[in-house]
Amino acid sequence: MTTDVTSESAAVGGPASDDADLVLQTWDVTLRFGGLTSLDHVNLQMRRGEILAVIGPNGAGKTSLFNSLTGAYTPQEGKIVFRPKDGGEKSLLGSKPHIVNRLGLARTFQNIRLFSALTALENVKIAAETRLKAGPVSIMLGLPNARKAERLSDERAHRLLKFVGLEDKLNEIAGSLSYGDQRSLEIARALATDPQVLLLDEPAAGTNPTEKLELEQLIRRINTELGVSVLLIEHDMRLVMSVADRVMVLNFGKKIAEGTPSEVQQHPAVIEAYLGSSAEDAAAVQEVIAEHEHESASDTEDGQ
Amino acid sequence: MSAVETSQNLTPSQAAKLRRTAWYRQPRFSRLWAMVALGVLLALVTGEQGNTRDIFYSLETTFTGGGLWVCLALTVGVWVLREFAGDGLKGLAEKAKPGTVAPLAAVRGRFQADKRLRWGLIVLALVLALAIPSMVERYWQTVLVDQIAIFVLLAIGLNVVIGWAGLLDLGFFAFFAVGAYSTAFWTGRLPIEPPVVLNPFWVIPIAVVTCLLTGLLLGAPTLRLRGDYLAIVTLGFHEIIYLVAKNADGVTGGPQGARMIPDFSIDFAGISYKWSIDPLPYWYLLVFFIVIVIILFSRLEHSRVGRAWTAIREDEIAAAANGVDTVRFKLMAFAIGASTSGVAGVVFTSKYGYINPEVFPLLQSILVLAYVIFGGMGSIPGVLIGAAALVWLPEALKDYVDPSDRYMYLGALLVIMMIYRPQGIWPSRRRQRELKLAEQGIGDADAMSEPAGGKF
Repeated sequence: MTTDVTSESAAVGGPASDDADLVLQTWDVTLRFGGLTSLDHVNLQMRRGEILAVIGPNGAGKTSLFNSLTGAYTPQEGKIVFRPKDGGEKSLLGSKPHIVNRLGLARTFQNIRLFSALTALENVKIAAETRLKAGPVSIMLGLPNARKAERLSDERAHRLLKFVGLEDKLNEIAGSLSYGDQRSLEIARALATDPQVLLLDEPAAGTNPTEKLELEQLIRRINTELGVSVLLIEHDMRLVMSVADRVMVLNFGKKIAEGTPSEVQQHPAVIEAYLGSSAEDAAAVQEVIAEHEHESASDTEDGQ
Repeated sequence: MSAVETSQNLTPSQAAKLRRTAWYRQPRFSRLWAMVALGVLLALVTGEQGNTRDIFYSLETTFTGGGLWVCLALTVGVWVLREFAGDGLKGLAEKAKPGTVAPLAAVRGRFQADKRLRWGLIVLALVLALAIPSMVERYWQTVLVDQIAIFVLLAIGLNVVIGWAGLLDLGFFAFFAVGAYSTAFWTGRLPIEPPVVLNPFWVIPIAVVTCLLTGLLLGAPTLRLRGDYLAIVTLGFHEIIYLVAKNADGVTGGPQGARMIPDFSIDFAGISYKWSIDPLPYWYLLVFFIVIVIILFSRLEHSRVGRAWTAIREDEIAAAANGVDTVRFKLMAFAIGASTSGVAGVVFTSKYGYINPEVFPLLQSILVLAYVIFGGMGSIPGVLIGAAALVWLPEALKDYVDPSDRYMYLGALLVIMMIYRPQGIWPSRRRQRELKLAEQGIGDADAMSEPAGGKF
């Protein structure tokens, strides 16, 4: 675990040329839906143990990238390679989602997808059990290995729910948990599959400021305590800037910038992508800013 | 603009008149007409059968007899109760609510909470199942064996497929046919010779394996399909099995089917017994199989396999993303579910003595599905009750109503049940939660459609 932390800190800002250090790498990944190019020659390099954030305006292709990495979509061109801890290279292009998960990439969803009629514990157990071997016959006959598997998954689920802070909500129905708790539960479920890379798709969407802070700490703990590399899609810039080691920016399916958070913030292409380039847009932006300033000024007046 | 002006020109009394609804235009009177229409319909369907010589015979007798007035009194009575005493009834129901939500729910809650009570009830049910049949008439003994026990076994199997894994299977009875024809084959009653002629008793494991393999064979190419598409494929599968049985004369005996299938007998390790025309020994044998299957399956339900099935049923994409091999578990559900129909097929065939393709019409597949849904998808006690009650109903009605009308009452019961209690008589807790969440707009309890937002 400590080695992971050091390798991560060593990797920050370092050159990305060392292939063995990259846990996830793509070359020219291109994904099209009919005439629409959702991903356009995307090259991604993710170092082992880092927190890499993918940002971009709506429709930039962030979730498409996630879906391509986890096997939900099969890009028409390009290569996706995952390098597990114990060496070797695995191509992920066009693999089935459960195979990708077994290799060590777990994900959460932008619109939470829990098994909402099951309890929190059962949700996590389902994921933990995919790593255990107990066939239907040994379960039906109640053989010792089936019982052992049941106990192991139970222990693991308890541990992970404690890790994300849901230890007192074990037996609550997932669908009735609060929004923030559902997000945490989804992360716990993804962690139960013992991943090397965790892909979080907008984990802060819809959470309140306290939950956002907790989430920030949770992501850090996943990274340092569990030694899991985190690939993060997020719209909340404050969260991205505080938690990410590096940031990659997508716009219209193309990578337009990559670097440390502060580098990316200064990047002209990024500013352009977020604020628009045409004169009309710029004028509109100015208008909005002016309006906002006016409002806040009147707010403060009201306050006094 | 003009409307506003006219309304301003109205005198207050005129406006009040416009606002008031005439008494005969109140919604309760349109409900009265609906109830009257229902009464007439009820009188018609329960009344005399028509005949071909006098086409108005049925209408004449219905509208001149007293049955019409009884039906009308009944439906109008219901209307009066609901419209004028409805609040009182509701108050009664609410007063009863806090302690006991509903009699059935209360029993169920106790049953699930109290372990000793549960075991007591299970033992009691088993003792009753073993004791009562010897006290009833021969006719009912035959019904118990030929229909109730067989359909209970089938319903338990189909429950795995539709209740737990959420795969809509409209051709489940085809596996029963596979079991039946396996029996005919291995006892040497088909035109093709088996390698060895066996007693039906020893065909049971072979039939179970054959059904497992058939389940795999059907599932492997089709389980990629979802919901409605899978349902149509299974429907086609049933038709294929039926038509092969009917037309492959050289293999299955064609429309004549197979005859003289021997009875069960054991002659093994000092035990020697022969089942004959007496239905009771078959009943004991079937109860034995049902108990074994229930024990094995309830272990599965609360294991990783059962949880994986639930996960697939609720959200297949999330399940796959968390490492659940969805195709493997769906195949497993198909195969394990099919295996019970192997047992049922063998026992039925051997007891009945002959089979032909007309024993396996598509209607039977639909009926098994109805039993499972009626009893409560995903719950073993529910499925037992559902299958037993719905198989019993037409038989019990036989003496009271026109025999050809029996299934109409079954249909009416199903319609009423699905409107007022879609979760079934004894629903599983998971299913009930799913329905509740679906009402609130979270998730999707529908076994047939893909999860909400199936695409990313």
